[in-house]
Amino acid sequence: MNFDFSEEQTQLDDMLQRFIRNDYSFEVRQRILESADGFSRSIWQQFAELGLLALTLPEEYDGFGGSALDTLLVMQSLGRGLVLEPYLPTVLGAGLIAQAGSDAQRSSLLPKVAAGECLLTLAHSEPHSRYQLQHVSSHAEESAAGYKLNGNKSVVLAGQHADYFIVSARTTGQPSDADGISLFLVDSKQAGITQIPYRNHDGQSAADIGFSNVELSKDALIGDLNKGLSLLELYRDTAIAALCAEAVGIMDALINETGEYLKTRKQFGVPLGIFQALQHRMADMLLHTEQARSMAYLAAGKLDADSATRARTMAAAKTLTGQSARFVGQQSVQLHGGIGVTEELIIGHYFKRLTLINTTLGDADFHLGRFSDMMVQEELCKS
Amino acid sequence: MDLNFSPEEERFRLDVRAFLEKELPADIRDKVQSGKHLSKEDYLRWHKILYKKGWVAGNWPKEYGGTDWSPAFQYIFDEERAAAGAPIILPFSMKMVAPVLMAFGDKTQQDYFLPRILSGEDWWCQGYSEPGSGSDLASVSTRAVRDGENYTVNGQKTWTTLAQHADWIFALVRTDPDVKPQKGISFLLIDMKSPGVTVRPIIMLDGGHEVNEVFFDNVKVPVANRVGEENAGWTYAKYLLGHERTNIAEVGGCKQALRQVKELAANARDGDSNLLANPRFADKIAQAEIDLMALEITNLRVMAMAEKNAAPGPEASLLKIKGSELQQTLSELMMETAGCYGLPYQPDALHADFTGSVAGPDNYLPVSGHYFNTRKVSIYGGSNEIQKNIVSRMILGL
Ligand SMILES: Cc1cc2nc3c(=O)[nH]c(=O)nc-3n(C[C@H](O)[C@H](O)[C@H](O)COP(=O)(O)OP(=O)(O)OC[C@H]3O[C@@H](n4cnc5c(N)ncnc54)[C@H](O)[C@@H]3O)c2cc1C
Repeated sequence: MNFDFSEEQTQLDDMLQRFIRNDYSFEVRQRILESADGFSRSIWQQFAELGLLALTLPEEYDGFGGSALDTLLVMQSLGRGLVLEPYLPTVLGAGLIAQAGSDAQRSSLLPKVAAGECLLTLAHSEPHSRYQLQHVSSHAEESAAGYKLNGNKSVVLAGQHADYFIVSARTTGQPSDADGISLFLVDSKQAGITQIPYRNHDGQSAADIGFSNVELSKDALIGDLNKGLSLLELYRDTAIAALCAEAVGIMDALINETGEYLKTRKQFGVPLGIFQALQHRMADMLLHTEQARSMAYLAAGKLDADSATRARTMAAAKTLTGQSARFVGQQSVQLHGGIGVTEELIIGHYFKRLTLINTTLGDADFHLGRFSDMMVQEELCKS
Repeated sequence: MDLNFSPEEERFRLDVRAFLEKELPADIRDKVQSGKHLSKEDYLRWHKILYKKGWVAGNWPKEYGGTDWSPAFQYIFDEERAAAGAPIILPFSMKMVAPVLMAFGDKTQQDYFLPRILSGEDWWCQGYSEPGSGSDLASVSTRAVRDGENYTVNGQKTWTTLAQHADWIFALVRTDPDVKPQKGISFLLIDMKSPGVTVRPIIMLDGGHEVNEVFFDNVKVPVANRVGEENAGWTYAKYLLGHERTNIAEVGGCKQALRQVKELAANARDGDSNLLANPRFADKIAQAEIDLMALEITNLRVMAMAEKNAAPGPEASLLKIKGSELQQTLSELMMETAGCYGLPYQPDALHADFTGSVAGPDNYLPVSGHYFNTRKVSIYGGSNEIQKNIVSRMILGL
């Protein structure tokens, strides 16, 4: 075993940390938050120049063919900076196209994503689906030109900014069937698309998107007809690995900031860090963070494994990360006292982002349930 | 031992229920139940309705226009109030400054202020905490220097709840910096309209404006507005904190939150099922309900003890700890029911006059903000760490 990062990865990490420190301070972030778009196009260009948008794309489409560990390093830093730009939806969307898209889809989109000229997002969750991946009621009927798409999608990240949506829709079967889901690439400017745009509690942009008789051509289909679920599963697992890394970046920052606060804030004539109750709380927070870091490594390491191992690992990682993030977030606020529950310190913003990471793509309870089901299933198969 | 309320208490419960049904304005109830913002006018309108009924001062003795309710009556009232969706009666006037004035104020102060508090004419805020003095309240450094018939006050208070609405602030100020910190504090009543008082909002994690910084720049305060003796303010401050703690567990509010969680979960779609049908989630609600059943009895036990001893003892700290944890748990469960609809931040939709379109069902609008906001309850009114210090020192003798 070896837990060292390679020299290139160490350089990447240094570069990212420098970028967040110098170009994405809390003050800069808060200014971006208040802008009309809620993210910065010039920061996005910097991402492109730094190679972050092309990091994991295949080399034939201007990518660097990077690994899940590279993504882990990026996400840790984006977490620390509470970065508002729609990095995750875009690179995950691009990853999905790279994986399953047609040659035409890949060559038209991926170089543009790499150059920072195209934003992508997955439009998948629906008002009734909660966290169930296969519950899709939106539907696409075959038509003369190709397909006619109808349905409503909830909380589509960067939905108001995306140039293209990757939309899941049922092409056959009932809303909860595993089979019969297909994915489509949809130009966001097409007729019949409506949106309710808003910000999320963590400041990121999102929208509810409605599709009403949107005409799609045959080549809008991504991958095989009716076989979209396995692509969605891969998408979710890849996203989980990335979100776990982001959470670790945030938890590291919280441990750091809260530790510093306890050393400098004085009450009763002494620094708060003198109080053993608070020392032990910090020790527990660190324990949670280190456990989460281990899970983030494991998640990155198992993304290439067979789909059963991958699913099991990601369910475990999302469960433990959700639980750790909850504890570390809540206690960082608590140890800051009143100032922790305000918008004025970065602490509360970290807490909000951690809370939303838990909710994104299924919370700790949901994934504990999945893990538990898989575990029981494995045992039953043995006997 | 008898764990039932007496027939008289049960009759009172029915009276309260009937009154709330008849008198609580529907628009205020709707705002409370849907988690929308209450305006100053909303609070005052409700205050005046209670005042007219003679029920606004549940904790006051009859001689000052109160109801002289027993702790059990006060408890029943609050439980019914919460269930009906009526606003809380803010503690700062009724439960904080008023008892201090009754116990330590002079006749002039009592005659002037108490009727105005009762009628809702004056809105009070609490000026205890400072940037450098939170848990360690005795270290307050806002300075009051006597100059004939006035004090000149300089310094800053913070976390002052709803100071933006307040007519008056009761403040702990340092009148003697050269003695043990507890021995040099005085209790001043300061008109918020005095020249030199400024209020700056602090925005909370849910985007709401409920706390403020209050600055004093050469503010003149008549000596007549000092309560009790100079440099004896710490005694009064502690007396006040004792009174603040009678409804500290918020059992009525928790019961209402529990009902809401169940309803939200039953209505939360989970594919072809609903969230309440998920045993993993149902167990969490059940656990909260079990904790609340115990807390209700613990609360009633502490109240019974308080009735014998005139004021709640250190056991109130147990109520604060468990009550705040339970409020936080329930707020978290509410947020969890929303699934991905916990993500959108749509603060404008929490204003009653909002007419735009919102994402997701309306009942999820306040839940995440409420969860973030409710982290405050283990911090204010003496943090839970401070409460545990009290429990270990005063009850356990450690
Ligand atoms: C929403 C809100 C409303 C408020 N309203 C008012 C108001 O109207 N008027 C008013 O005067 N004040 C108000 N407060 C202030 C509140 O009482 C203080 O925030 C509280 O006393 C904690 O002080 P602090 O914020 O300075 O935290 P600190 O005292 O700095 O505490 C920071 C952390 O250290 C812990 N800690 C401190 N001392 C010890 C110790 N000895 N042992 C172990 N742990 C310790 C605390 O528990 C906390 O976790 C309000 C606060 C909030 C959040």
